[in-house]
Amino acid sequence: MLTEIRFSGFGGQGIIRCGYIVGKACALFDNKYATMAQSFGPEARGSACSSELVVSDERIFYPYMTRPHILVAMSQDAFDKFIGEVRDGALLLIDEDLVKPGNRIIKLKTFAVPATRIAEEMGNKVIANLIMLGFFTAVTELVSLEAMRQAVPGSVPERFLDLNLKGFERGYEFGGGITGKMAKPEKAMESAVSS
Amino acid sequence: MRADPKGVLTGDHYLDGDQACAEGALAAGCRFFAGYPITPSTEIAERFAERIPEAAGVFVQMEDELASMAAVLGAAWGGKKAMTVTSGPGFSLMMENIGLGVMMEVPCVVANVQRGGPSTGLPTLPGQADMMQARWGSHGDYEIIALSPNSPQECFDLVIEAFNLSEQYRVPVMFMMDECVGHLTEKVSIPRPESIEIVDRKWYRGRKENYLPYAVNGDLVPAMVKAGDGYRFHATGLTHDERGYPSTTWQTQEKCVHRLVNKIRQNAENIIKVEKDNVDDADVLVVSYGISSRVAVPAIQQARQQGIRVGHLRLITVWPFPEKMIRELAGRVKAFVMPEINYGQMVFEVERCAAGKAETYLVPHGGGWVHDPKNILQVIEAAAA
Repeated sequence: MLTEIRFSGFGGQGIIRCGYIVGKACALFDNKYATMAQSFGPEARGSACSSELVVSDERIFYPYMTRPHILVAMSQDAFDKFIGEVRDGALLLIDEDLVKPGNRIIKLKTFAVPATRIAEEMGNKVIANLIMLGFFTAVTELVSLEAMRQAVPGSVPERFLDLNLKGFERGYEFGGGITGKMAKPEKAMESAVSS
Repeated sequence: MRADPKGVLTGDHYLDGDQACAEGALAAGCRFFAGYPITPSTEIAERFAERIPEAAGVFVQMEDELASMAAVLGAAWGGKKAMTVTSGPGFSLMMENIGLGVMMEVPCVVANVQRGGPSTGLPTLPGQADMMQARWGSHGDYEIIALSPNSPQECFDLVIEAFNLSEQYRVPVMFMMDECVGHLTEKVSIPRPESIEIVDRKWYRGRKENYLPYAVNGDLVPAMVKAGDGYRFHATGLTHDERGYPSTTWQTQEKCVHRLVNKIRQNAENIIKVEKDNVDDADVLVVSYGISSRVAVPAIQQARQQGIRVGHLRLITVWPFPEKMIRELAGRVKAFVMPEINYGQMVFEVERCAAGKAETYLVPHGGGWVHDPKNILQVIEAAAA
């Protein structure tokens, strides 16, 4: 099975790092193939930016995303820019305080997490991306929890490793809270729409 | 000979092609790097600069690409394995000194992470349009070796091969990456140093007073000495005799150029590496290299599902060109299909070797992105019809 993912947000949020960490977890610790492509446009701090990841059980030849199965959006600009390309039935993961999907999510399964707010509560908003990755790990089940835990060290600044790992775990718990055995994605979508 | 453990980062890593190229160079024993930053090759320089102190080597950021190439030639004469990296505009600036390297027979590696051109073109986007420049970009008559990786893993593996070939044949080796391969991040497995095969320089071991820098016996590749070790030698871009002294006669020129060309041509079969897939039963053969060799695969798979007998020949070595193989295949297949991110370069070599025995189709692309596999499929279908 082949899964295409786009991580998006604004420059400075660690969006490229998100693609890198999930790719590394899949490729090095989950025994899958994972190809990440960096986009080299005029993106800069504050403007929409993204990273593309293709994950597969088999060798990946064509290395680029075509239409994502999963879109992670951490800013409204990024959401507006990339929402048009997703597949029907795709998963949409958003930072619920920064992205208002409006009524364009009919065919998507949407999962929302206040990643930046949680990060601020934990003392540093720079870990919002790791909170999103914890949440991503819980709701998509694309990558194993253990692989992600192994992939984070070496992928974030050493002095912020503990904080990043804590953020990751918080995001994972939050995601588990939504998808837990009781809830189905559709349920989560309704909650996102009503929020 | 085995790799120096100091340069080898054994283990599994998640690296982009540029970073993997730097790690491969370190594993190959490269201990001198001179370069001038240019997108999309800069990450090779950054990685090398960061890692080289651990391996007790030298990184120099030069004032430009002319100086970078000159410094690499000097370092190689100083006994080091040396490389530089660049992209199109810098590759053009290096051409004069690449020719000097060919003439003085200096082992070194030049990586070109190709972007769209001509001129400054598309700094951040891919191209494959420097393939002919790699072959004959410097003036005069010579043969060169050029390799084309298609993944970060191969950037690592193949740059080691590039250094080995440069040492074995005393020739600058062109490492023809592209922006896509340079900036894709994938798993790269780096073996233990003892399982990395390294070709050491062919050193002259005779008496100092008998040393002739361009004398050969048998294999057309002269033995080298280290500048500063007390040997008298002269290296020049002028046509030279066995002593290295300028001798501008047609007789010396014949001997000199004959050897520069034939040390590669006569060993072409040993140098050339390709990857074959479903070649034996093929009616149509896709010939590709670099990123296009990956983009072509979905098209080939789709065509086979449609019942077209299509095979794939991937050029890992692009120069010397596998002439003999294409000639033989031209007698067996109906057509060759070649996707390239240019408006026709390597395809003319295929056409030349096919010599009218098989049709040759180019799938062109002006640069800035990879082919849509559908476009390659359409040409495969047309070629099979």
